[in-house]
Parts: sequence; C-alpha cells; structure tokens
Amino acid sequence: MSSPSRRVLLRAAHSPQFVIGAALVLLFVLTAVLGPVISPYSPTAQKMSQRLKPPSAEYLLGTDDFGRDVLSRILHGAMPSLQVSILSVAGSLIVGVIIGLLAGYRGGWVDTALMSLMDVLLAFPAVLLAIAILAVLGTALSNVILAIAIVNLPTFARLARGSTLATRELLYVEAARSLGVPPLMILWRHILPNIAAPLIVQTSLTIATAILIEASLSYLGLGIQPPAPSWGNILASTYGFIQTNPWPSVFAGTAIAIAVLGFNLLGDGLRDALDPTTR
Amino acid sequence: MIQYIFRRLLVALPILFGVSLFTFGLVRWIPGDPILIMLGTDAMGADVEGIRRLYGLDRPWPVQYAEWLANVLRGDLGLSIRTRMPVGQSILQRLPVTIELTALSLLLGLLIGVPAAVLAATYRGKTADTLVGIVSLLGISVPGFWLAILLMLFFSLHLRLLPSIGYVALHEGPLDNLRHLILPALGLALPLGATIMRFMRSSLLEVFGQDYFRTARAKGLTYVMAVNKHALRNALIPVVTVIGIQIGRLLGGAVIIEQIFALPGLGRLVFDGIAMRDYPVVQGTVLVFTAFFILINLIVDVLYGVIDPRVRLATK
Repeated sequence: MSSPSRRVLLRAAHSPQFVIGAALVLLFVLTAVLGPVISPYSPTAQKMSQRLKPPSAEYLLGTDDFGRDVLSRILHGAMPSLQVSILSVAGSLIVGVIIGLLAGYRGGWVDTALMSLMDVLLAFPAVLLAIAILAVLGTALSNVILAIAIVNLPTFARLARGSTLATRELLYVEAARSLGVPPLMILWRHILPNIAAPLIVQTSLTIATAILIEASLSYLGLGIQPPAPSWGNILASTYGFIQTNPWPSVFAGTAIAIAVLGFNLLGDGLRDALDPTTR
Repeated sequence: MIQYIFRRLLVALPILFGVSLFTFGLVRWIPGDPILIMLGTDAMGADVEGIRRLYGLDRPWPVQYAEWLANVLRGDLGLSIRTRMPVGQSILQRLPVTIELTALSLLLGLLIGVPAAVLAATYRGKTADTLVGIVSLLGISVPGFWLAILLMLFFSLHLRLLPSIGYVALHEGPLDNLRHLILPALGLALPLGATIMRFMRSSLLEVFGQDYFRTARAKGLTYVMAVNKHALRNALIPVVTVIGIQIGRLLGGAVIIEQIFALPGLGRLVFDGIAMRDYPVVQGTVLVFTAFFILINLIVDVLYGVIDPRVRLATK
C-alpha cells in the first residue's frame, strides 16, 4: 500500500467516528448476509394465535399483526436495504464520475450539455423523482436501484466535475499533456486518483441517504412487495397497530437508523482522516 | 437588483424546459397503451385508431409535447383516472396544507439548528459541542417519518396532549391547526435542523477565525453582540444554499408524513395516486412539487443576492 493511503488509514483508525461507523456498517453487512441463517423463524410464517405479542423469550422482538416474528422479518429485511443502497450508489458513483471527468476535462459544449442535464435532475425533489420513475417502471427491486441511482447521480457528477476542473490546471497534468499522454490515460492515471478523496467521503454519506430513500419508498409501497419483508414495509404494515403493539415500529426504525448512522459516521471519519483541517 | 433577478430567471428557464421535457417523457413512457386501457383489450383495430387520432396520439411527439405543455401552462393537468376530476383542481385544493407544513417545518428547523450551531461553535471541542454533534448526527440518521411516529406515540397516544391525526384549516381555528401540524412538522424539522446545525457550525467556525470578527471583539463588543451583529449573517450565507436544497427533502418527506398523520396535502395525493395507479395524478403532482421547489430555489438565489452583495456583482 502506498504511504499516503496508509497515513490516511492510520489517522482513520484513531478516529472514534470512523471506528464506530465501520463497526456499525460491518454489523449491517453481517446482518444482511447471515440474517436468513440466524433468523429463528420464517419471515412470512403466520401464527394467528400469536398476533401483536410484545418482546418475549420466544419472540425476542415480538410479533406483528399476522403473528409473524418481527426479529426474523427485520433480519431478512437487511438484505434488500443493503443491496439497494450499495448497488444504487455504485451506479451513481461510476456514471457520475465518468460524466464529471468528461465535463470537467473537456469543458466547452460537452460540459454545458452534461451539467444542464444534471441540473434538470437536481431540480426535482429526490424522493418525488424516484416516485415518478417507479410509477413508470414498476416496483421491481432493480427499478428501485435504478431510480435511486438516478436521484443521486448529479451529486457525484457535480463533485467530480468540480474537482476535475481544479486538478486539470495543475502543473503535473500539464506536464503529462505536453508529453503526449492520451486524454483517457491522463484522466485515469493522473486526475482520478487526485479527485478520489472527496468522492470516497461522498460515497459513504450517499449510501446513508440511499438507505433512507429506500426505506421511504418501501414504506410507500414502492419497493419490496409484501409479504416479503423490508424495513420500510415493516414500518408501513405495523403502523396501523401501533397503539396495541408499538414494538415492530420501534425495532424496524432502529434498524434503519443504525445502518444509516454507520455510513454517516464512516463518512465523517473518512473526511477528517482525508482532510484533517476541517475538524 | 432587478437586473440580478432577471439574470437568475434566465438561468432557470432552460432548467424548467428540461424538467417539462423529462416529465412529459415520463408521462409517455408509462407502460400500457392508454387507449387500450380505456377501451379494454378486445377493442377493434379501427376504434383504437379513431380514438388515437381523436386524442392526438398519432401525431409526432414534438407536436404532442407542445400541446401537453400548453395545457400544463393553462393549469390543465388532465383528469384523474379514478375520480375523473381535473388533477389541477385537486392539487389547488391540497396545496395550502403542504405549503403550511413545509413552512412550519422550515421555521422549526431554523429555530433548532441555528441556536444549536452557535452553542456548538462557541464551545468548540467542549462537552456541549460533542453533545450537539452526537444529537445532530442522530438527527440526520433517523428516518424523519419514523421519528414522527414515535412522537405521535408519546405525545398523542400516551400523554394525550395532542391530536394524533387529522387536519383543521388555519382559518377554522389557528390553535387547533397548530396542534394538528406540530408533530408532523417536527418529524420534518428535526432532520432539517440537524443538517442546518452541521453546516452552520463549520460556517460559524470559519467566521470566528476571520479578521473582522476579531476586530469586532477587539473594539469591545461583547461576544453575544459580535455573534449577533457580525457572525450570524455572514455564517448564514452558505447555509442558505443548503436550506434551498433541503426544501426538496422536506417535500419528499411530506409525502410520507402527510400519509401518517392523515393530512389532506399534496403528498397524500401522490400516495393515493400511487396506490391506485392513478398516473395523471402522480405526474401532475410531481410536476407541481418540482415547480414549487424550483421557485423556492429561485427565491433562495435572489435572497442570496440580498444578503451578500458580492454575489450580485460577481455574476455580472
């Protein structure tokens, strides 16, 4: 590992935010992967005699209105949340960086055209844009990923463009250009590594946002369809019984908050480690 | 100043054009042939063609777009598939609720975020700063609508202090109106306040390091005076942009919050539209929401020029 990245990692390891964030993210990932294995019941098995039970030894987090085990449902709900947030942000990151690099490096009409397109996307309130896209495409999980990827695309494109603009004028890029290094090579070898830091931080913070958007959409019925569990649809389906048994709402919301908090802390910790002046 | 506003309007126009194109595209891409949906799948070919011509769906899309745009500009957003009511009319009925909810949330968000930021920046690195930092981090990590559910559980169902759901219009009883709106507004305002706090804190810290702030203190101004007179206004400048962007989150959050609290606003209209697969309602409402959002950001841009004369001059 090159020494600058080692320095950053060392600094990050000393930041409590980064460490706690990394631990929570790990917990989230492990829950998603191992959830189906360790969950005590089937997430969809109904037991009408055990409806709306509070937490007990038998049902650690209680049961919902169909007598389904809330713990098992929350464990199974972690995977769609992880899938949607990671894949959608990966999509926005990759496409956004390509757009940003192109716009920032080429400038001129390419820049104007691409950035105007991003401005149009930014003009929509995020969740509403996702709703509109899903109303057209249907609520398959791949469409949810696509919708959230589109919503977050401008954030990455703008960030990458801004950093590219600043980096383009630096002397070593100028030097590479005058040596006849082809543009794609300059972008890949010389510019991308130097604009990576803010993008890494933004990735973590955007994953946090994506988890929240996914939860909102599946609360609205635009995600994983019942009876399959997702954190958002657990909140939606148990809301009507909140007076009898508030526990499913409490636990599903806590699960969302822990996952989001993990990525927010990770992002904050990384930012401090990458740029110690902002503390 | 007028020149500056005019320039901002010129910048907004192409974006509005793009937004309208995008929305038009979404309307057209809705799966299923609207004519077949209207007539049923066993309709005769000739009937289908006739009606397609009647509704202008056989013409090239630029012509269709121009017509759609003309209709939208006249306020005609089509008919609801379910109720056969004009979409524009339903939107107008519900708009005030959403505007009131958003405005109240914004106000509460500022009332929470700005003082918290001053507190944190003043005691930088001390316990108060850490505490505010932790609370605001939780504030941006917790789903606002879930927070609102918990608040309702506590204040309405447990303590019975506030009504749990429903809405009373402002002119029917201002106090009752506020009692119904305070919890949903808090659900939106807490994450907003946390976001404002995080940006405002770093912005304040920057100002505290500036010469003019030190001069203000050196000439004998008390700390409170110096913050009020010199720091707050300058620190607010970058935060104003953040707030403009956050309005989009408020509007998105309103869709869920209005559903939870049974508020008859635009968000509820979108939600019901989705549930009923009533696409004209969904598209129309999204368009109005977006226009509202663009308008607010335009106002924010203009405000930006009012607060900070440098902005007005720089974009000349």
